Amino acid sequence: MSESALAARGVNKRFGSLVVAADVNLTLPPGARHALIGPNGAGKTTLINLMTGMLRPDAGQILLGDEEVTALAPEERVRRGLARTYQINSLFPQLTALESVTLAVCERRRVAQTWWRRLIAYREEIEEAHHILGALMLSAVCHRPARELAYGQQRLLEIALALASRPKVLLLDEPAAGVPREESKELFAAIAGLSRDIAVLFIEHDMELVFRFASRVIVMVGGSILVEGTPAEIASDARVRAVYLGKATRA
Amino acid sequence: MASTTIAEPRHHLQAQMRWRWGEIAFWLATLLPFIVAPDYLLLASQVAIAALFVLSLDLILGFAGIVSLGHAAYFGTGAYAAGLISKWGWGEPITGLVIAAVAAGLFGYVTSFIIARFRHLPLIMITLGIGLLLQESANSASWLTGGFDGLQGIHTWPILARFRFDLYGYTAYAYALAALFVIFLGARRLIHSPFGLALRGIRDNSQRMRAIGAATHSHIRTIYTIAAMIAGAAGAILTQTTETVSLEVLGFQRSADVLVMLILGGTGRLYGGLLGAVVYMVARDQFSGLNPQYWYFWIGLLLIAVVVVLPNGLLGGLSLLTRRAKAEP
Repeated sequence: MSESALAARGVNKRFGSLVVAADVNLTLPPGARHALIGPNGAGKTTLINLMTGMLRPDAGQILLGDEEVTALAPEERVRRGLARTYQINSLFPQLTALESVTLAVCERRRVAQTWWRRLIAYREEIEEAHHILGALMLSAVCHRPARELAYGQQRLLEIALALASRPKVLLLDEPAAGVPREESKELFAAIAGLSRDIAVLFIEHDMELVFRFASRVIVMVGGSILVEGTPAEIASDARVRAVYLGKATRA
Repeated sequence: MASTTIAEPRHHLQAQMRWRWGEIAFWLATLLPFIVAPDYLLLASQVAIAALFVLSLDLILGFAGIVSLGHAAYFGTGAYAAGLISKWGWGEPITGLVIAAVAAGLFGYVTSFIIARFRHLPLIMITLGIGLLLQESANSASWLTGGFDGLQGIHTWPILARFRFDLYGYTAYAYALAALFVIFLGARRLIHSPFGLALRGIRDNSQRMRAIGAATHSHIRTIYTIAAMIAGAAGAILTQTTETVSLEVLGFQRSADVLVMLILGGTGRLYGGLLGAVVYMVARDQFSGLNPQYWYFWIGLLLIAVVVVLPNGLLGGLSLLTRRAKAEP
């Protein structure tokens, strides 16, 4: 097994004169639980878009395991084990939770092109989808269309969809965005309970959640990585304090 | 709901694809023209052809969200292919139908590579362009198509070497209805397959489809090819039952009409398009009898009224009514 599940090597990206990624180097080891933090506009979501192929870097490489995937389309990267969720829900509003996840399982198993067999004949796929939904406490609502689910349940369905592709690496863009504090702890408990075969990188603003669930923290500012370390190191880092409490210290 | 068993999720999906009484009643009702309106069988066969054409558009628009303003290109390809086969000496209808559908499907497959790369407004322009391109090509290739005068010398042999195409349209309607029913069964199977689910996924959120690793482009190429084949089959039946083909089969008017029928009836539910075809064709027949020049006025009014009052079309309105009737004891 290689030492990194996902890596960015010297990744650069600019929109016109705005630099959104400046020589970013990042390594996510297998089974990692890393948090990506930074002020708004630091380029965190952009970095996820670059790594998943939604954006193409101007320079640099993205490595998934040992394989370079810089030129691959997003769906190709998903098939190789790189999944993501979105900060703003991006679901299939009219499909039920079970249909949505079954669809993702069928795509992974390459049976979604079959039009002459009934969906219900795909017993294993449906059961697997049901199992994923069960693990995220969604069994009871699995026959509701995604648009009718409660907001917190939609956030969980986001994760269920990503898990259905059996990822080796999972990038979670503010998984608890908009979720009440109590529920977001449950949500993170579900994330923490994911198989250790999956490397997880999550963006999160709530420092309590970050320090509780991340083994390492990466801090991004202005398109580049400022510092990386354990939660304790980050908490005591003067530069990080300056970024987050800049105004407060000056006052 | 706490004791959800493993079998239960499948049962719920199974319940969705069971035949409903309304469906059985619909198909029994398609036999009525033979008994109650034998004078209208030719119209009935036109309705069945239109219904087949709408069905094909519903598969791409209603299920995969591909808006087309040039769907007549495939209808016309099928119509001309069937006409040419017959003109060149092979008038057997069923093989002619299959060959014409394959020809339209081939054209659909070739064009699907462009279609799969676009959505929304650019797609409308591209499909419109394909339609115009093909119509003008057929117009200028008059050595092949007969150009403005239409294709002459088509003769359709009796079906199964037994049933002649008669003046009253008995055979024509039976033939068109049988083809519609068989193809409908195939379409119904398709929408309840994993592929049907993937199409609904593309319609709902094509970006997210990429993020679950879906082969979105390949799905779109497949459904577009299938829809082109069905449209071609509809065109072929028109040629075979009327024994003429004119440039009008490729016209923009036909592409617009089929879109109107689908939206009138309701997209994404198979039966919506069928209902829309019946209402539209019968209304056109009646209105044009009353007022030959201005009948599109009434169609325009009907279209606006339906879209404003019933956003999910006539069938959406019907299912809303039945749900309310069930809710009130």
